[in-house]
Amino acid sequence: MSEPFVTGIVVFVLAAFVGFEVISKVPPILHTPLMSGANAISGITIVGALTAAGLSEGTLATTLAFLAVTTATINVVGGFLVTDRMLEMFKKKPVQRNV
Amino acid sequence: MSEIELLYLLAAVLFIVGLKQLSTPRTARRGNAIAAAGMLLTMVVTLVHQDIVSWGTIVAGLIAGGAVGAMLALRVQMTAMPQLVAAFNGFGGAASTLVALYEIGNTDGVFATETGVTVVLTLAVGSVTFSGSFVAYAKLQGLVSGRPLSFPGDQQLNAALAAGLVGFGIWGVAADAVPAYWLVVPVALVLGVFAVTPIGGADMPVVISLLNSLSGVAAAMAGFVIGNSALIIGGALVGAAGLILSMQMSQAMNRSLANVLFSGFGTDGAGPVSMSDKPVKSATPDDVAIALGYAERVMVVPGYGLAVAQAQHAVRDLTTALEARGVEVSFAIHPVAGRMPGHMNVLLAEADVPYDQLLDLDQSNPRMAQTDVALVIGANDVVNPSARDDPSSPIYGMPILEVDKAHTVIVVKRSLSPGFAGIDNPLFYLDNTMMFFADGKAAMEQALKALADV
Repeated sequence: MSEPFVTGIVVFVLAAFVGFEVISKVPPILHTPLMSGANAISGITIVGALTAAGLSEGTLATTLAFLAVTTATINVVGGFLVTDRMLEMFKKKPVQRNV
Repeated sequence: MSEIELLYLLAAVLFIVGLKQLSTPRTARRGNAIAAAGMLLTMVVTLVHQDIVSWGTIVAGLIAGGAVGAMLALRVQMTAMPQLVAAFNGFGGAASTLVALYEIGNTDGVFATETGVTVVLTLAVGSVTFSGSFVAYAKLQGLVSGRPLSFPGDQQLNAALAAGLVGFGIWGVAADAVPAYWLVVPVALVLGVFAVTPIGGADMPVVISLLNSLSGVAAAMAGFVIGNSALIIGGALVGAAGLILSMQMSQAMNRSLANVLFSGFGTDGAGPVSMSDKPVKSATPDDVAIALGYAERVMVVPGYGLAVAQAQHAVRDLTTALEARGVEVSFAIHPVAGRMPGHMNVLLAEADVPYDQLLDLDQSNPRMAQTDVALVIGANDVVNPSARDDPSSPIYGMPILEVDKAHTVIVVKRSLSPGFAGIDNPLFYLDNTMMFFADGKAAMEQALKALADV
């Protein structure tokens, strides 16, 4: 196995553990925003899509690259926006007036 | 490795900090913005660093994707959030698959063995995520029945499809065969469809979080294919997050992840259900208004029926009126109420219910005995006492909201039909239970009107 690949595995395993640690204590009220925010992060594959689109030649390659950029962008833009829209609605109870 | 890697690392740090802040209500919105900034950084770094030869495809893709994504995100109804999250998962899976297909064309299918394996994994996981997510979307959107659809031999078919994936994968890697790599895609797409069709609507919280996890895994695998650590880290984080949520959701139903995925739970529910012949007490809007209006403590228990009836605003109006009368109102939310993790919380937030009024399972059950009225709206299995009392019940052992311990229980329901699990609910026949037969939204409006005269 090549050295970069082994490094990649190390990074993957450590990142997964970080993910478990960071997320394991999320309160239920935030489950949906957390999921959709994480979902937007999975659009990170846009890095590969942009690289492909910038270098592509030929119809098939260009089509694949275009679709990759498009779907990844839907995922990223839509995911972050909708998460923000949801979180904007989450409010604490205003301080109560004594009746 | 170059300095550019450090900028990708910075982006990964922003993702981690963002997720961390997303896990506390106070900082959640900022956390999402930080993660988005990390994403923007990776995109800028990539565009600046790569020797881009053609900008046309990039710009076209960014505009098309940005427009579609923004439109979907800004126009979606909060009740339709589960299917939108499913759709976004699907697009993420598709993107990773497409990146891997592009790389296959780029290299004519010649990869080092270990890279070839990750190409196959990207194609397989990405395609399953794509088709599985859109089946989930179709179920949640009501385009196909939400009931679990099983047929004899479906498990064997799925096993055969999985074996086919492995076969094409090995062929592709061993022989650098481009067609074999490509064939992984249709097989995985079909597998994704048949993996999700047997899973019923009420199990969707588990499915959506699992698909979320898979979209992360696909991105991480694509990171191995193109040798980029930002993808590996971002993908691994999402993979872990989705997996935690799916395990938590399964636990909330006292079932294993495998049981949710493979059992076709609820398939028997389509058949006749043994209903108790015992009489139920049917309540009028006036009965409900009197019970609520003279209560000291009211616990509202929402379920998927609340989302179906779009009753979140009507509930909020009723509870505001009750609070104005000095009634203490809180909401008890079961972890799997609704169709995705946290579904009820989002709906109630939309209706301006403050989040500190929403209680989870552990917070609400100890308060039930001191609750005068438990108002159950569109929830069924999650308040079924059989899960606690009847070892022969299919949902025995599932943690429930023990509304039967409240002084009075009002169940808002359109009919006596059983819930998703297809089992009768003894709660309906208890002496302290009143059934209010109506659509959730209409029921809340009628009760609010009657409350004015109480």
